[in-house]
Amino acid sequence: MNNRFDGKVVLITGAGSGLGQASALQIAKEGAKLALVDLNAASLEETKAKVLEVAPDAEILLITANVADEKAVENYVNETVAKFGKIDSFFNNAGIEGKQDLTEDFGLDEFQKVVSVNLNGVFYGLKHVLKVMREQGFGSVVNTASVGGIRGVGNQSGYAASKHGVVGLTRNSGIEYGQYGVSIKAIAPGAIMTPMVEGSLKQIDADNWEEVGKQFVEPNPMKRFGKPEEVGYLVAFLLSDQANFINATVIPIDGGQSYKY
Amino acid sequence: MGKLQDKVAVITGGASGIGAATARLFVSEGAKVVLVDLNEEKGKAFESELKALNADALFVKANITSEEEVANIFTQTIEKFGKVDIVFNNAGIGRVHPTHELDYAEWRQTVNVDLDGVFLVAREAIREMLKAGGGAIVNTASMYGWVGSPGSAAYNAAKGGVVNLTRSIALEYAEQNIRVNALCPGFIDTPIIPEESKLALAAATPVKRLGKAEEMAKAVLFLASDDSSYMTGNSLTVDGGYTAQ
Repeated sequence: MNNRFDGKVVLITGAGSGLGQASALQIAKEGAKLALVDLNAASLEETKAKVLEVAPDAEILLITANVADEKAVENYVNETVAKFGKIDSFFNNAGIEGKQDLTEDFGLDEFQKVVSVNLNGVFYGLKHVLKVMREQGFGSVVNTASVGGIRGVGNQSGYAASKHGVVGLTRNSGIEYGQYGVSIKAIAPGAIMTPMVEGSLKQIDADNWEEVGKQFVEPNPMKRFGKPEEVGYLVAFLLSDQANFINATVIPIDGGQSYKY
Repeated sequence: MGKLQDKVAVITGGASGIGAATARLFVSEGAKVVLVDLNEEKGKAFESELKALNADALFVKANITSEEEVANIFTQTIEKFGKVDIVFNNAGIGRVHPTHELDYAEWRQTVNVDLDGVFLVAREAIREMLKAGGGAIVNTASMYGWVGSPGSAAYNAAKGGVVNLTRSIALEYAEQNIRVNALCPGFIDTPIIPEESKLALAAATPVKRLGKAEEMAKAVLFLASDDSSYMTGNSLTVDGGYTAQ
């Protein structure tokens, strides 16, 4: 069952690190042409170098963009179609964690900043990519929600609101676009050891973040963090033709954590 | 190399429908399969068919509501293949009757197969997997484990039970490296759905078609393989978006 992505064009946001990078690597191994989007141009070069190690012949387009800016989103979609002629699959993944604070202290500026990336950014991506997919008559989309999008975690008003919103967008758009041969799903990663999660742990205790991490995964049924590549396997499955009948649903990948509460 | 190279997979309800489609896919990914079914004629014929493709296959006749017969599935599996890596806990029955006309005997039979049987197979699987140091179990629930429908009280209650059984044993054995997930099919194009209902059910599904048994098999392969190594307790709806409505 290798090479589920031969001849396929896959667009990935937040591709410079974490889940976006891990998914790019997995999908490139299986033959895809990649359009990789990130705010950080240097991180895109890093992902490209890693992709070429595992898939030396991969065609790769790099696009620096802020997903919170609709014009920039429109541009990354147009550039992808101009270069590759279609978009088979879209990993609508870019996101930020925001600061950790009680609701009363969270602050409107911080709230709006997190929502503008995690929710507006995902909406803009859907808006512009789904038009392309509806016209071509096929496509698959995976939005990155979070366990924080299906459960209360605490101290993350902006993240919780935006990720719950991503789940809602997934159900809503999935219902709309199923009839056009397009499937849309969300993933809800739990404790995956990405640079973003490392950042959150460092907010709690910069000097002892690894210890904080150990305590953090103690209640996890598997008693460990997930690896970005484990999410990459799920994303590859969901974006491939193997998962065309999976639509408008959210899929946790969390070592069982969300089933406890 | 296949995704299930040299893995041994027990598949209940393995002689037809989603079970048989999964057996075919598993074999193509390198697995050895044990086909469990009540229907001996179909089961033996399917065993021969897979063997003709050079696959390792074994048919075991069993009623999953019998503790002895369920234990025998695993005895025979260990005897023949030496281990159990994967169990697709899939056998089930379903009938439609208004609840006020539903015989207690029929309720008990449905829950007995669809919930008790799933428990008995899972329990025996876990006993073997604890000895072996791990494994993967995929239970067949249904989208009617998540939502209700008229006329199927016993089936829906049992399938809802399978969803929470899946969560509960997943949490119980996560540290022992046993992963437990469930498949929740929507409307699938199998002989169980009457021909005259198919158009309406496709229209009620957001993707405007019925699912195929082969598509269920692909989801089962994902949940049974190491590709889902950080997933346990999950009840994956494969329903074209039906339950999101």
